[in-house]
Amino acid sequence: MMLIDYLSAVLLIAGAVFFLAGTVGLLRFSDVYMRLHALTKADNVGLGLMTAGLVMQAESWAVAGKLLLIWLLVLLAGAGVAHLIASGALKRGIRVWKR
Amino acid sequence: MEALTLLGWMFDGLLGLGLLWVAWRALTSPDLFRAIVLFIAFGLLMALAWVRLEAPDVALAEAAIGAGLTGALLLAAFAKLSSITASGDEKQADSARIYSHQLYWIAAVALLVAAGLGYVILSLPPYAAGLSVEVAANLQTSGVSHPVTAVLLNFRGYDTLLEMVVLLVALLGVWSLGGPAIGRGSAPGPVLDMMARVLVPLLIMVAAYLLWVGAHAPGGAFQAGAVLGAAGVLLLLADWRPRAGLMGWPLRLMLVAGPAAFVVMAALLYMVEGRLLAFPPAQAGMLILMLETAATVSIGVTLAALFLGGRPQSDKEHT
Amino acid sequence: MSTSLLYALVGIGLFSLSLYGLIVHSHLLRKILALNIMGSGIFLVLVALAGRTGEAPPDAVPHAMVITGIVVAVSATALALTLMLKLAAETGRAELPDEGRE
Repeated sequence: MMLIDYLSAVLLIAGAVFFLAGTVGLLRFSDVYMRLHALTKADNVGLGLMTAGLVMQAESWAVAGKLLLIWLLVLLAGAGVAHLIASGALKRGIRVWKR
Repeated sequence: MEALTLLGWMFDGLLGLGLLWVAWRALTSPDLFRAIVLFIAFGLLMALAWVRLEAPDVALAEAAIGAGLTGALLLAAFAKLSSITASGDEKQADSARIYSHQLYWIAAVALLVAAGLGYVILSLPPYAAGLSVEVAANLQTSGVSHPVTAVLLNFRGYDTLLEMVVLLVALLGVWSLGGPAIGRGSAPGPVLDMMARVLVPLLIMVAAYLLWVGAHAPGGAFQAGAVLGAAGVLLLLADWRPRAGLMGWPLRLMLVAGPAAFVVMAALLYMVEGRLLAFPPAQAGMLILMLETAATVSIGVTLAALFLGGRPQSDKEHT
Repeated sequence: MSTSLLYALVGIGLFSLSLYGLIVHSHLLRKILALNIMGSGIFLVLVALAGRTGEAPPDAVPHAMVITGIVVAVSATALALTLMLKLAAETGRAELPDEGRE
């Protein structure tokens, strides 16, 4: 019992670290494309780790299945929306930042 | 809710400060687009606050309607506004101040209001059961086992009837004003097209699930209707418009189904039981589910039509 | 200080901030934003005060009222945005006219 709790706490904290990394990327990167890159990659992995941590605490397989479905949907929506923002930025002529 | 532990105090304090900070930035940001995006972020933080306050139904409604749909409406209106007003005018036009020397008076008034309300809140008793005792006592005869659904659909069903009518009246107002519908735009790219094709059936399933589960867990007609409205918004953004034949009577029927079901049910129950919307305990569950289904369809179609903004295209030959 | 009290005070803060924003801005879209944040503040106060039940589950009636309120707020926002767009189409700007600007 206690091992599951420790494991899920480790996974949740690891997910939070990834979210923090994504947010630092959002704040520090100088180009919309780089910011999208940081956000989608880091946040998807972060959410996956947090979902894994929560699945260990789930009361039933149905709840675990719903949590996984949430993660997959966020993946789909995040990827699609990042593509739309990037192609909209390209159309508007925002150029990729060069050093 | 129990008193705050240290960790809870830290989290709630940070969330409260975050809410105030994001709201302040949304109100005073010089760029209007940024203000709208900050408002959407504010709505999502509010959903977190609802979860902390043990109000999961309100959290679902806030995330779907308050942050999502209101944000979509604001962005659509901003896009239309930018094309109506001159393109360079927008940045100067939304600079904040009217009269700079009267700002201090207005701030003082706002501070006074805050102080007065704060004093009232602090002098309220820390424990007040409100109506929760009566709700719990009558929950058995209400037909559902989730208290919020029982209150919304049974105990305060009249309020919900009026709310459905308010939605309909807002749509009638938007249509009567004859504002511009969102433009057709170019054909959607493959990503948006695929997203719409995958997500819309899933959204319809989720709406049906939320409708069903509302009887015994957080969920219900409004949350399900909001998810259906989101599916409609996604279809409209992917440049899909329903066939001309669907825009006349079928659309009207779906819009009116919710309020009409409530009114008909109220009239029938008045004739049977002698009071409006007094459900007999034996059939209450089934009647509430029927009402909720009609309400879900109506709310979803109304919200998508509000996002569209103008009359559907096929009305042009009638007006 | 309990959770209810904390969030009720945050709600009052939101209400006052957006009251200031509502009066000060002349652009109509900003006024609509301020009205929405005001509504959220009021809902926060309602639901926070509904949680003062101690160990028992919170009072469900204010929750239902706030759900109703959120739906009514979105309808009012949609109507207000359409009015703003009509005004902008007629006058060319989405602001209230400044009378008596010194």
